[in-house]
Amino acid sequence: MEPIIQVKDVSFRYEGEDESAAPVLDHVSLEIEAGSFVVILGHNGSGKSTLAKHLNGILVPDEGEVLVDGMDTKDDDKLLDIRRTVGMVFQNPDNQMVASVVEDDVAFAPENLGVPPDEIRARVDEALKLVGMYEFRDRAPHLLSGGQKQRVAIAGVIAMQPRCIVLDEPTAMLDPGGRREVIETVTRLCRENGITVVLITHHMSEAVGADKVFVMSAGHVISEGTPEAVFSKVEALRKEGLTVPDTVALSWELRGAGLDVPLAALTPADCAAGIAKALQK
Amino acid sequence: MPVIKTESLSHVYGAGGPFESVALDNVNIEIPQGAFVGIIGHTGSGKSTFVQHLNGLLAPTSGRVLLDGEDINADKKRRHDTRFKVGLVFQYPEYQLFEETVARDIAFGPRNMKLSKDEVSARVREAAFFCGVSEDLFERSPLELSGGQKRRVAIAGVIAMRPDILVLDEPTAGLDPAGCAGILKNISDYRAATGATVVLVSHSMEDVARIAERLIVFDEGRVVMDGSPAEVFSHTAQLRAIGLDIPAAADVAEKLRALGVPVPDGCYTVEQLRDAVLALRKEGGTC
Repeated sequence: MEPIIQVKDVSFRYEGEDESAAPVLDHVSLEIEAGSFVVILGHNGSGKSTLAKHLNGILVPDEGEVLVDGMDTKDDDKLLDIRRTVGMVFQNPDNQMVASVVEDDVAFAPENLGVPPDEIRARVDEALKLVGMYEFRDRAPHLLSGGQKQRVAIAGVIAMQPRCIVLDEPTAMLDPGGRREVIETVTRLCRENGITVVLITHHMSEAVGADKVFVMSAGHVISEGTPEAVFSKVEALRKEGLTVPDTVALSWELRGAGLDVPLAALTPADCAAGIAKALQK
Repeated sequence: MPVIKTESLSHVYGAGGPFESVALDNVNIEIPQGAFVGIIGHTGSGKSTFVQHLNGLLAPTSGRVLLDGEDINADKKRRHDTRFKVGLVFQYPEYQLFEETVARDIAFGPRNMKLSKDEVSARVREAAFFCGVSEDLFERSPLELSGGQKRRVAIAGVIAMRPDILVLDEPTAGLDPAGCAGILKNISDYRAATGATVVLVSHSMEDVARIAERLIVFDEGRVVMDGSPAEVFSHTAQLRAIGLDIPAAADVAEKLRALGVPVPDGCYTVEQLRDAVLALRKEGGTC
């Protein structure tokens, strides 16, 4: 599979920051395959949000380059195409709503792209159906729950028909129900509609279904691989101030006590099955 | 005598209007001095409305809220005194920072209590210590701090009033795992040092499972469960039915039982389940 986003040896520091301090991004390289579900994990201040803003040219690297579908994000002439290819969803849904009716909000981006009215109508309806918010199309956004608002924000990005969506901690301000709604929605968009999803989060449980996980710390990618491979490095993650899912923590503790359970069992069902089997031995 | 007691507490938003909604429906709760109570429920279950009654921020539509046996809404003076005895930390309290410096922001509460200047600065240092706010930050603008630091400063501003009862509405929302653990430890330290009563509202079942001694579960404005974490987390089906998660360890324990592994009831943390599983291995004689 070919990469839709290539981050090549990127370094970045914000303006006015101490030149002697380490940069926010310090020689970061990674590739995101088209159609995959990628999770970028890291604690606060690890550089993960700064990296996210590089993925559609909101920020451009001081050193190195970011290529989106082969286009360099430093090339101003390509910026509109880059933003059409990679859409962004942010943490706080209240800061992303621009209209007083749900469907107007979703229509905002295609209107700005100069899409003809008939097609806007079709795209808005389709996007709202994809996130399960079509029934709410004539509601006022401020009367929706957090999870519903975030799904409307995702529909607003979908209506641009991007090939990739980057979500920067989209669930941080949501309750467990809202979190589930958003994760199920983006998983479906990836698996059924082939849209590349890059999810930035510090909720380990949201990484369980990913194709690939990158772990960031102090501006570096410190670990990458499948969720099973990454989470099995329990000690390394803890050293970086990250926790592992409780299922992995349990398996880790049991292995430490000499019980032969698999470390890579991420779901409660797999974890229970592994323990039951080990006890029978 | 319980330090907090609610009697048939009900609250209706927009009573009589077209958007009337019953947020609390006949809530009767007693909280003894020094308790650590977790309040859980999904969004819209009434838990935030409930805690806003505990310091008189909202007044009941019907029923009463008693603090040390006295109705907190009896008169203006009592309502005023209640605000200093019951410290309420809102959701996303960092949005309420407003002073020019960190020290002045933390001092706002004690200054309003009309304490002496020396007493105010002693309280500020003490509260900053409890909340892990370094004194190096005292003269900085709160707006320059990171999200986690702002949250600590905002909580310190409430702790500086030395409330007998500390009420926190989702104090760890939006923080990373290390930030969550730090804030929960600060709260436990404050309680250990002062004997304060703590009421913690949380969406995070793992958080409340770890630190609360008693859990009260709200659904549709009513109290549907009230008991120890072990009791509450043994009702997995009922918790899921009202839209709540259960801690991962309780989930694994339930699935182990379904597979025929006789894990005892009341395992809801990783450590408890680890010990339960290891005890089973020994009984099985495989080791």
